[in-house]
Amino acid sequence: MSGVVAFFGWLNDALLKMTWLNDLVGQLVEKVFGLPLDGRAGASVQFFIYDTIKIFVLLSTLIFVISYVQSFFPPERTRRILGRFSGVWANVLGALLGTITPFCSCSSIPLFIGFTSAGLPIGVTFSFLISSPLVDLASVILLASIFNWKIAIAYVVVGLILAVIGGTLISALKLERFVEPFVYGTHMAEADMPELTRRDRLSFAWRAVLDIVKKVWPYVLAGVGIGAVIHGWIPESFISAILGDRNPFSVVLATIVGVPMYADIFGTLPIAEALVTKGVGIGTVLAFMMAVTALSLPSLIMLKKVVKTPLLATFFGIVVTGILVIGYTFNAFSGLLL
Amino acid sequence: MVVKILGPGCMNCQKLEALARKAVDELGLDAEIVKVDDYADIMAYGIMSTPALVVDEQVKIAGFVPSLDQVKAALRA
Repeated sequence: MSGVVAFFGWLNDALLKMTWLNDLVGQLVEKVFGLPLDGRAGASVQFFIYDTIKIFVLLSTLIFVISYVQSFFPPERTRRILGRFSGVWANVLGALLGTITPFCSCSSIPLFIGFTSAGLPIGVTFSFLISSPLVDLASVILLASIFNWKIAIAYVVVGLILAVIGGTLISALKLERFVEPFVYGTHMAEADMPELTRRDRLSFAWRAVLDIVKKVWPYVLAGVGIGAVIHGWIPESFISAILGDRNPFSVVLATIVGVPMYADIFGTLPIAEALVTKGVGIGTVLAFMMAVTALSLPSLIMLKKVVKTPLLATFFGIVVTGILVIGYTFNAFSGLLL
Repeated sequence: MVVKILGPGCMNCQKLEALARKAVDELGLDAEIVKVDDYADIMAYGIMSTPALVVDEQVKIAGFVPSLDQVKAALRA
């Protein structure tokens, strides 16, 4: 038994955390660049090179595998599956399918119309819309790589709970009257999707890797850059005074900063990593990441075309409240997670 | 032959349109390329995931930007 545990520990360190890469980069920085690792510049440079390589390698591999799986769950199929469930189970399934249905913000209007006109309660659609950007499978594995599996799994679970509760609340509040009338008037045909071959799926997965890497590399580099500066140059006392345990508003602050930011979750991970090493609570960091990813201006603008302000504001309020609760809860129980 | 590109006009739809034009040219087909950007019209095809390629009223590709070869295959079939 202990042998198995040790084996998985080794696998985790070698493949996910890439500890060997960190050592290798450390050697490079020390021997070739002549920068001592306990110095500021050395620590920053090591962090930058190691994190950039690690994130791009993990990201590409993960996107490939996940996109292949996603090709089996187009939104048209998700809509059919969800139509068979009702009550809170429909919300649970909506939240779960949100994590594996491939979907970008430019498809959110047809998706909203399609789900709603098929008779799905708007709460189920919102469960889907909350979990979809929040619980991204690739980001979960990156969380495991940067922190640990306990935190990654806890993140998924609370993200899904937020999606289920948020959607259920929206259903309970009976806000259907705040959906633009044309949504109900639009008829969506039932059609079979073109059958995909394995080659189609592989090519879809490969294109997804190229697309996403092309889209997120500036965010990742910026994120790692900011992380590296925090790592090497900003004193711990300064950061923990603002975002640490001593400031009771740290979670609120992290959420307020995160909401208007529209970055990719992969860009926020290196910042989160650097902040945690400087003594910022895990809940504060997760609240920041969730605020950045779950609520973005472009998706709110898209949604505004299909729902009226009171419903949009309710959605916004519920998600922000949920993020704050999650942040403070994680901070309170961080001893169990780190 | 009528080739329709379904999508609200985002980046991916423009990419698919360019691919469709190129494929039609390279195959020397006599095809009319039509852009469909109204949501109600898009959804009349049973589609939520854009961009989509419709050839003679049949949905061939939906939800992703295909390769040029995939577009050609869809036009030939």
